[in-house]
Amino acid sequence: MKVKVTVFVGMAAMIVAAACGGGQPEVVTPAIDSTAIRDSIAREEARRRAYEDSVRRAREEEDRLRREREEAARREAAMTAEVRNMLATAINFDFDRSAIRDGRDMDVMQSKLAILQANGGLSIEIVGHCDERGSDEYNMALGMRRANAAKQWLVDRGIAENRIVVKSMGEEQPAAMGANEDAWAQNRRDEFTITAGGDQLVKPAGM
Amino acid sequence: MTVRTALTALFLCLPLHHLAAQDTVPPVEQGVRIGITYTPGLRPGLMVLGGPRIEIMDSIRAILSRDFDFSDRFEVISLPTGDSLVLGVSSAESQGVPRAEDQLFVNYSLHAALGADYAVAVLPTVEPFSTAVVLFDVRGETERGRFEIIGTDGSDDALRLSVHRVADEMVRLASGEPGYAASRVLFVSNGRLYRVDADGAQRTGVSDAGARTFSPTWDPTGARAIYTELYDGWGRIVVHDIVSDQKRTVPPTSELLNYTAAISPDGTLLAFSRSTEDGTDIYRYNLAQDCCLERLTVGRFSDNLSPTFSPDGRQLAFISTRAGGQQVYVMSADGTGQELFAPFDYGVTGNSNAPEWSPDGTQVAFHRDVMGSPQIFVMDVRSRVVRQLTSFGRNEDPTWAPDGRHLAFVSNRTRRRQVWVIDIESGRVRQLTTVGDARLPAWSRRIQVPVQP
Repeated sequence: MKVKVTVFVGMAAMIVAAACGGGQPEVVTPAIDSTAIRDSIAREEARRRAYEDSVRRAREEEDRLRREREEAARREAAMTAEVRNMLATAINFDFDRSAIRDGRDMDVMQSKLAILQANGGLSIEIVGHCDERGSDEYNMALGMRRANAAKQWLVDRGIAENRIVVKSMGEEQPAAMGANEDAWAQNRRDEFTITAGGDQLVKPAGM
Repeated sequence: MTVRTALTALFLCLPLHHLAAQDTVPPVEQGVRIGITYTPGLRPGLMVLGGPRIEIMDSIRAILSRDFDFSDRFEVISLPTGDSLVLGVSSAESQGVPRAEDQLFVNYSLHAALGADYAVAVLPTVEPFSTAVVLFDVRGETERGRFEIIGTDGSDDALRLSVHRVADEMVRLASGEPGYAASRVLFVSNGRLYRVDADGAQRTGVSDAGARTFSPTWDPTGARAIYTELYDGWGRIVVHDIVSDQKRTVPPTSELLNYTAAISPDGTLLAFSRSTEDGTDIYRYNLAQDCCLERLTVGRFSDNLSPTFSPDGRQLAFISTRAGGQQVYVMSADGTGQELFAPFDYGVTGNSNAPEWSPDGTQVAFHRDVMGSPQIFVMDVRSRVVRQLTSFGRNEDPTWAPDGRHLAFVSNRTRRRQVWVIDIESGRVRQLTTVGDARLPAWSRRIQVPVQP
């Protein structure tokens, strides 16, 4: 046992001596090639510029695309708003009547028909209103008749019945205050509102 | 004892123990007149006597005086303020405040000289919170009836109603026909439903402040208001219990536009209008059994609305546009036998709307356009003769008082739309409401139920 320990210590000492080396290291100074360095720097610069250019172009392209998308969305929104406004245009009625009048009101209905035809997912609500002169209770019935008149006109021209809901407010929600013919004429009306499918609307051709 | 407790024990219109006086005067029955005979157009004088200056009694005197005046069956004689024309009592009890139990001395000759045919005294009794109201026949020099009112607060709903009931009973004793003071009128103002006593006092909101109510009516007891709640372009009919303030929607009216509700005289059936894509038609629903919706009219190209039951519940008058304009038609309560009711000249007579059958069934009131303005008309059911009652301003939506002699209606005669009352016999009118833009009045029958706590 004692012999084994002695041999192990001796071998360890030899290993340590070999690892620490024997004398001083030799110092070598390499020759400097400045041209190569400049070329290297130039290449790096060129690569950097090329990279930045590509980033810039990519960003410009991205901006252009974004602007185009925004412009398209703006045009779409404008078109939707325009179509919505056209759809929301009220029609008016003669006193105690529910027939759609020729001229301006019929033109308005034609535009609504075209919009509904061009936007198959669109559903609307028509609410009939009256002026204050008739009986309060009869005006509820008259308002419904006015809403029904507009719906029937559209259904007769191919719009599905289930795309249109009709309601009446009678004389309960006047558009204009006052007891004169101007106010009464404004209050005898059908109002049209979108109930579904109105987020993106297509403007019918020719409008 | 609180007022409320006292009111729960209220026994209204109960004749007191001075039966000896009444024994000499048999109960007045309809068609039998004892003492002064009431004749329409010749109004007997009535005087509400002064008495103990107790606040509650002053309130009762004021309410009674108004009720007698508004009945249009008496010439109510007013005395100067601070008058000393009061009841006397016999010498034995002449000290202190005279009470109903005292031996009363009425100076009949003095009251007769002042033009009174009847005198009414308001006196305390020995019971706390109790007031006696005594009616004297001045010409007959006899006491005609006594009533007891329990309560202490003149602004209290229950006390006011009990005073109105006493007034109505005294009108019956004096004229043979009861008054209409113990009734109420519903009306809509700026979308909210209100009720007001027949004398114009006690205006109280019925529907929620934000609700939009329409075409109200009453059930026959005066316990429930039935009206349309407008929402999102539709209208549901709700039954609103005035006493408990609970309400429920009539099931088949929870969708679509339902309005112009009418309740049958027995309270079991609801008739109403419904506007749909198929037009406006009248439906009937069994409220008592909560079932059985029936369509009574099939308009298609015409509107049918505003049903009103006859007092026997067997017929419905209603508005139809089947002949072009709006006119009054009638049918059996099951929808059969539809025919023109109020005659009109085609192309000449103006539109007619808002019919209401009178409580005695003899007349139907409605409004009809005359030169562009609606005016109140009544039609005699038997002869079908139509009579115009108003001519100044716009006058519309008539509704009968329980006495069948007065109508409430909407008029703009003072520029703002308000509810007015007209006595169809004398033509006398008075303003009932003073709120903004009052419309769609509905007059109850005599209130038969306890009032709310």
